[in-house]
Amino acid sequence: MADLSVNICGVDFKNPIIPASGVFGYGREYEELFPLNKLGGIATKGTTRHQRTGNIAPRIAETPAGMLNSVGLQNPGIDHFVEVDLPYLMTKDVVVLANIAGSTPEECAETAAKLEGTDAHMIELNISCPNVKQGGAAFGTSCEMAAEVTKIVRAATTKPLVVKLSPNVTNIAEIAKAVESAGADAVSLINTLLGMRIDINTGRPILHNNMGGLSGPAIFPVAVRMVYQVANAVKIPVIGMGGVSSGKDAIELMMAGASAVQVGAAIFTDPYAPVRIVEEMNDFLDKKGISSVRDIIGTVQLW
Amino acid sequence: MKYTQGKYLIIDKKAIGCEIYSFEISCPEVAAAAVPGQFVHIRIGSFVLRRPISICGIDKEKGTLRIVFEIRGEGTAEIAQLNKGDVVDMLAPLGHGFTVDESFKKVVLIGGGIGTPPMLPLAKAYGNKAVAISGFRNSSAVILQEDFKSAGAETILCTDDGSAGIHGFVTQPLAELAEKGGIDAVFACGPMGMLKGIASICKEKGIYCEISLEERMACGIGACLGCACRTKRNDEEYFAHVCKDGPVFNAEEVIL
Ligand SMILES: Cc1cc2nc3c(=O)[nH]c(=O)nc-3n(C[C@H](O)[C@H](O)[C@H](O)COP(=O)(O)OP(=O)(O)OC[C@H]3O[C@@H](n4cnc5c(N)ncnc54)[C@H](O)[C@@H]3O)c2cc1C
Ligand SMILES: Cc1cc2nc3c(=O)[nH]c(=O)nc-3n(C[C@H](O)[C@H](O)[C@H](O)COP(=O)(O)O)c2cc1C
Ligand code: FES
Repeated sequence: MADLSVNICGVDFKNPIIPASGVFGYGREYEELFPLNKLGGIATKGTTRHQRTGNIAPRIAETPAGMLNSVGLQNPGIDHFVEVDLPYLMTKDVVVLANIAGSTPEECAETAAKLEGTDAHMIELNISCPNVKQGGAAFGTSCEMAAEVTKIVRAATTKPLVVKLSPNVTNIAEIAKAVESAGADAVSLINTLLGMRIDINTGRPILHNNMGGLSGPAIFPVAVRMVYQVANAVKIPVIGMGGVSSGKDAIELMMAGASAVQVGAAIFTDPYAPVRIVEEMNDFLDKKGISSVRDIIGTVQLW
Repeated sequence: MKYTQGKYLIIDKKAIGCEIYSFEISCPEVAAAAVPGQFVHIRIGSFVLRRPISICGIDKEKGTLRIVFEIRGEGTAEIAQLNKGDVVDMLAPLGHGFTVDESFKKVVLIGGGIGTPPMLPLAKAYGNKAVAISGFRNSSAVILQEDFKSAGAETILCTDDGSAGIHGFVTQPLAELAEKGGIDAVFACGPMGMLKGIASICKEKGIYCEISLEERMACGIGACLGCACRTKRNDEEYFAHVCKDGPVFNAEEVIL
């Protein structure tokens, strides 16, 4: 049995596997299948200052080795999260990464401030959302906007702040450096890649929102590349995700530089994916005679 | 147990129509928990997303479920390749089903096309209190009529082109039955246009009505919020989720 524990920003995880934000709700539905304490952590559904209704359906489209989603951040609002969902999760012996989002830097900061005084372990700030103050371009697509929102949220919270980066950029390492200097304690990546599918019989996009975020095995190589680039550009820890569906994938992402790994769309194919991945990682390490998963972080040797 | 995931043995496979298949699956714990109107979420080797298919038969004693599905694309085509003796990976039983109320004296079950299968377990539950109206494109698309009869239901068949049964839509016999009165509830599954027609007749006549909806799904259990459906409760609009709050909804609450 290898040592699977990791420590990120002073927070202990019993293993490095975390269901990604948006695929796991607030945990209740999956607890029907396995105890949540088998997980290293849980990244909760993106939560905003006020309740959001989300987009009109269809919100889901299948793609080769992946899927598009345009849920539109449907969530009950941060007050509901703090009063109902977080207390439930805090009884589960698992690290809680409270994922938050907003349409303005101030809204993100207010949402983060609502988590002060709660037991949530970390805040994961999603900067892939449109910034309404800047004409709707996502915060995460420019160094200036990414740094600004990070700085304002940083000032609003004493909790470890993980900034979740968008892959829809030319140079993700530059964005990572910008949020590092603005006060982020860690970064997580990648969020979904913007995509689109069209029903050729009707000539209409499958998603009612027309476009949506691509996730699943199709994006895994992009995630490996970006995690590698970011891990080599910043000093803060990197949490990797994007298309991970096996223990081998998780090991690969950690070799690229991730200190922990989130699992998204894979859970739709196999609802036990996160717990299976933990077991598969352990098997791999045992077979290789590696005593701790920490020993593989960032060990890729370039040609 | 609410739902579980596992690999279950297909103990019988039949082609019951053009590109329509019926599977009998041995899954005692799923059958024990299943109620009419629920669905199973089937994993297919080469696809990221599972496929939702309604439960068409529940045999709690034998520990089996029946599903009936039509080939609509690559995923259902791949499920149709499975044979007796193969296993099928299911997450099941899922969703909120139809109301089974002992005190109802007469109910009308309406299925349109491939929306007919989920009405069969309900016919079993209501026995001779049920009238099962089924609508199909033409005579070659007709399925499950004998099954409804052996469940004890009175059957009324409609086809769009008149090649079998009544020439017309299912709303025609429904309107006639509603006119006569004495119906405690109407339950329906099928294309949106049909559901709208049924819901408006029921609303006009003040008959309680439940409809089963479809939406594209990912998790199937209410976690990803992918399968949104516009609903209204206490005059407040909100997006409910077909996989957890449905697939069966009170027709009055759905914004069709
Ligand atoms: C609750 C529920 C119960 C259902 N019960 C039955 C049943 O008993 N028998 C039956 O034949 N069919 C049923 N369907 C429809 C069935 O799920 C689709 O026909 C099937 O998913 C199509 O998959 P495909 O790969 O063949 O088609 P494709 O068009 O290639 O599928 C592409 C993607 O779209 C999704 N999709 C396509 N059509 C539908 C649809 N109508 N509803 C939901 N998702 C869709 C698929 O799941 C897949 O993710 C049901 C759907 C729902 C939501
Ligand atoms: C249905 C769905 C909903 C998502 N919702 C959120 C969200 O609310 N906040 C967020 O930061 N990321 C969200 N994501 C992105 C995932 O957390 C993850 O970054 C992405 O899907 C890539 O990982 P994967 O390929 O393993 O799915 C969502 C993804 C999916 C598929
Ligand atoms: S499919 Fe995930 S919430 Fe319905």
